[in-house]
Amino acid sequence: MFPVQASTGAGQVDALYIFLLVVAGIMTVGIFLCIAIFAIKYRRRDPDEIPRPIHGSIPVEITWSVIPFLVMLVMFAWGTRLYFENYTPPKDTLDVYVVGKQWMWKVQYPDGTREINELHVPVGSPVKLILASEDVIHSFYIPAFRLKHDVVPGSYQTYWFQPTEPGRYHIFCAEYCGTNHSRMTGWVDVMDPASYQNWMNANAPADSMEQRGAKLFAQYGCASCHVLQTTPSPALNNLFGHPVQLANGQTVIVDESYLRTAILNPNVHPVRGYPPNVMPVFQDQINEEQLLDLMVYLKSLSSNQSAAGVNPARPAPAGKAGAKP
Amino acid sequence: MSTTLPRPQIEAVNYLNVDYSWKSWLFTTDHKRIALLYLFSITAMFGIGGVFAGLMRLNLLFPDGLFQHDTYNKFFTMHGIVMVFFFLVPSIPATLGNFLIPPMIGARDLAFPRINLLSWYIYIAGAIITIVAILHGGVDTGWTFYAPFSSSYSNTHVILAAIGIFIAGFSSILTGLNFIITVHKMRAPGMTWGRLPLFVWAHYATSLIQVLGTPVIAITLVLLGFERILHAGIFDPNLGGDPVLFQHLFWFYSHPAVYIMILPGMGVVSEIVPCFSRKGAFGYEFIAASSLAIAVLGFLVWGHHLFVAGQSMYASMVFSFLSFFVAVPSAVKVFNWTATMYRGSISFETPMLYAFGFIGLFTIGGLTGLFLATLAIDVHVTDTYFVIAHFHYVMVGGMVLAYLGGVHFWFPKMTGRLYPENLARLAAVIVFVGFNLTFFPQFILGYLGMPRRYATYAAEFHTLNVFSTAGATILGVGYIMPLIYLSWAWFKGPRSPQNPWGAKGLEWEQSPTPPPTYNFDVPPVVTEPAYNYAGEVDDGGH
Repeated sequence: MFPVQASTGAGQVDALYIFLLVVAGIMTVGIFLCIAIFAIKYRRRDPDEIPRPIHGSIPVEITWSVIPFLVMLVMFAWGTRLYFENYTPPKDTLDVYVVGKQWMWKVQYPDGTREINELHVPVGSPVKLILASEDVIHSFYIPAFRLKHDVVPGSYQTYWFQPTEPGRYHIFCAEYCGTNHSRMTGWVDVMDPASYQNWMNANAPADSMEQRGAKLFAQYGCASCHVLQTTPSPALNNLFGHPVQLANGQTVIVDESYLRTAILNPNVHPVRGYPPNVMPVFQDQINEEQLLDLMVYLKSLSSNQSAAGVNPARPAPAGKAGAKP
Repeated sequence: MSTTLPRPQIEAVNYLNVDYSWKSWLFTTDHKRIALLYLFSITAMFGIGGVFAGLMRLNLLFPDGLFQHDTYNKFFTMHGIVMVFFFLVPSIPATLGNFLIPPMIGARDLAFPRINLLSWYIYIAGAIITIVAILHGGVDTGWTFYAPFSSSYSNTHVILAAIGIFIAGFSSILTGLNFIITVHKMRAPGMTWGRLPLFVWAHYATSLIQVLGTPVIAITLVLLGFERILHAGIFDPNLGGDPVLFQHLFWFYSHPAVYIMILPGMGVVSEIVPCFSRKGAFGYEFIAASSLAIAVLGFLVWGHHLFVAGQSMYASMVFSFLSFFVAVPSAVKVFNWTATMYRGSISFETPMLYAFGFIGLFTIGGLTGLFLATLAIDVHVTDTYFVIAHFHYVMVGGMVLAYLGGVHFWFPKMTGRLYPENLARLAAVIVFVGFNLTFFPQFILGYLGMPRRYATYAAEFHTLNVFSTAGATILGVGYIMPLIYLSWAWFKGPRSPQNPWGAKGLEWEQSPTPPPTYNFDVPPVVTEPAYNYAGEVDDGGH
């Protein structure tokens, strides 16, 4: 009846679920019993009998409206608290970048390791997933952690978890995405920290994401403006996690969503003091994985990388502006 | 109340035998004949949707599936489109509502008889286009048409299906408009708002949603068309759009639409329970008001479909709260129906069995809705079989059972014939058992983590899927039985007396069975409240 509990959050969700099961069970049994008892006790014994009318009772109506509502408020408060906890990552997480595309999950780690349809994580460390999609909406679902989040093209979504039990657990795509949706599955491999370290060392690639990002930064000629200032351009040092004022007067904290739009469609919300239509548009020039590499590189230029900590379910205002229809 | 003299049953002129020509049916403006046109049309659509459901369950007998993935994806899409837009939305309003609202309020017809006929033709046009889309290879987007898959990636007949739904929406709007105006303007003398049957109240609330909500799905589908054909850049981020915007627009209609689908069922049960308890509805005002409350609050909860879709966490919090709020009027109804039976005189004819089934299954459907309104649980179970089970408990366990109950309850009124009672009771029990065996395992599958819309699935989900398919087979038998014995009874069944259930209500007491074209031989005057089984003297319309 219950899937494996393999994270700190799983047991909490199950506890809440059991609370709801108990309430729902009491209600269902209560209604069923009432119907059964009334049906038997008040069955028609005489074809001509006419029962005494009962029109209703306001106190009774109020009672059975208010009491269930109060119980529901408990569900609401409990569920909301857990939801905020599950979707608000703590500081100092192990970040893993996941790109969904029809019909596979491409996973990469900051050290540059890449894998497909597999996610290796150590027991006991909080892990933050940064989710991106190359095409349609997917949803990265790990039943053993009781967590999922849609992977929405054009934005970054995140959630976090802390695994507690070593083992292999399902990854499912939970948002219908076309032909092989049901084959867009994979495994989370939760390892004890030592095995995890061995695995990381054995698979360590030549370049980390940051190094690959630095190469892309050079390859696309970003440095000529943003570093050498051949054309006046916003400096990128200590940018991530800091506020920046836009040409439209708005001030936003620079986070992944902001940077994403700033790279792909720089004219959507240019920084105050810098004219639009100077930087080339990189939409369709750069793929999701390269963009993530660049993102990691840009984050490395800032001292307080975790300050912004993408709020998964809340795109920055800048991101919203970029998505204006 | 006037006592009806025994009527000469055999050759009385009624709306059925007044004219047998095909023209008299295709050009009729009689709300009762239009109701029957709808009845046959939606039964056909239910059959098509049911075949797709059967094929899905067949595929899911095996973890690796039986059909190609694309084929399965089309099955569930077309099952959803046909059942939601061409069966559930019109089901009770267009058939029972169309047939019964005028006689229930003492009117000779709906306010706009020709618009009523127009609405059927529009429905048929939408249905034909959708069937053409199916015959040309179908659609694979899911009935929810989420962008950018539907706008930029699917290679199937998205536009054609969207046009079919777009057109059918206007039939829904026209029906709703007709009902609202009819209830306002056509009530018989003495039929005050406080005396309206609860069936009429439920339809009034439904009609408000139809008129206010349906245009939004029409707009959404038009935008989807713009995006797909002209690459307008509304939903696809590659074109500068926002995919989550589509979900907001879609659910702004489609969540209220589930109340379009369930409120009329609640109206049916609100008639059946008093009749077979021989006792007025407990808390009449509360049942009536809760229908309106559901109609209003139903417009404020669409965001609970987007808890994991990337909307603001604070928006999710508000939508979660409002979703709990809308549960209260639904719960109030269940309590009031149950209380109506208290100290009643309960008999167990087929419609009452369906009403029992409705109350029980709707209770489970409603309570599992609370799980989905609870944010942290929704994160785990949304887009899994838990959701499938939940809405089938409401839509099939609720709406379809109410529909079958209502069809049985008013069958003598509509046809002047009686159906074989014991066979019908047996079918009701088979439907109940088959339904639970089909859908209860899906709650467990959902919590275990089986995602919806999966053509293939992990081996550990196999056993429960076999149960579900077995249940679907039984459910299928339960659906086919009424089709056969009701068809038989229509022509060969024994003639029904004027009021076989001893029910209250103008449609039973003052309109002949079956009714003549304009429903009443003598214009009715109402002198008592609804469900006055005890024959109490009225205190003046309350």
